Amino acid sequence: MEQFPALLRATDHQPVRYLVVDDSIFARKNLARIIDSYGGMLAGEAGDGCTAIAEYDRTRADIVLMDITMPQMEGIEAAERIVRQHPDARVIMVSSVGYQENIVAALQKGARHFVQKPVKPELLYEVIKYVLGDAAITGQVSQAGESLS
Amino acid sequence: MRMELIQPFINAADAVLSETLACSITVSDISMNEEAYQRHATAAMVEITGDIEGRVIFDVEDGTAMKVASTISGNMELDPDPQLIRETVAELANLVIGNAVTTLNDQGFRFKVHPPVDHPALQGFQGAEDIEALVMDFSSPAGRVFMNVAIRYNRRRRADSRTH
Repeated sequence: MEQFPALLRATDHQPVRYLVVDDSIFARKNLARIIDSYGGMLAGEAGDGCTAIAEYDRTRADIVLMDITMPQMEGIEAAERIVRQHPDARVIMVSSVGYQENIVAALQKGARHFVQKPVKPELLYEVIKYVLGDAAITGQVSQAGESLS
Repeated sequence: MRMELIQPFINAADAVLSETLACSITVSDISMNEEAYQRHATAAMVEITGDIEGRVIFDVEDGTAMKVASTISGNMELDPDPQLIRETVAELANLVIGNAVTTLNDQGFRFKVHPPVDHPALQGFQGAEDIEALVMDFSSPAGRVFMNVAIRYNRRRRADSRTH
């Protein structure tokens, strides 16, 4: 997998920490590999919206990558609840269901961006950089497996 | 079955399979299926409810699923594993159906897509009297994928929306 210049937190120069939320184990593994290629750290995983809320409370991840269609509680509602409790949370929706209505609803509920599956690592990288803004700096090209927890 | 409902699924399958298999795809056969669906390999089913209702079964040969898993994982060499194959087929179904319903939604249809579920039975999910199933056989150098689509307009919802 292509490696990218590491995204580091501007405050302490540590790897950006990610929470990955998707009911598909396969999708979570794939996102974990992509995060690794960004030099990031996987802070937590969740397979549904309820678990995502608890995991965000526990990890306070810098970035949440959130699927939409999930059992129990869908991603848009989970994003809304996380952002309501933590207005500075950075949630990026990552879903194959990318119609206008869904995107608008997600952004209205507090998500910062939307990326349609299948995920293109180079596109997601740019979106994460944009969402982090001044909170991140770019380091050297990451080595695979360097930061993945 | 209405072609305007089917075409987005064909287009989405073509686009997603071409990308995830990294090779060209051809539709080698299309047929109507009035009998119970006969599973070929590893299958996942997604239910759709709303202005359009029904279900789509995605049925993928094991070697093809492993190729998709490898491509999505950055061309890693992966050992064949039944669990990985099931997860890959479910995710593939999710990707294709998500992309298809995106097109349909932008055409004004409103519906909900349910999470993929395993379809382990060899036979089942017969098309109802008024929902025929269309079976598409996608061929590629990496193997075959079958997509069985049984969807229709939800007449009551469409009628309700016309009266309001």
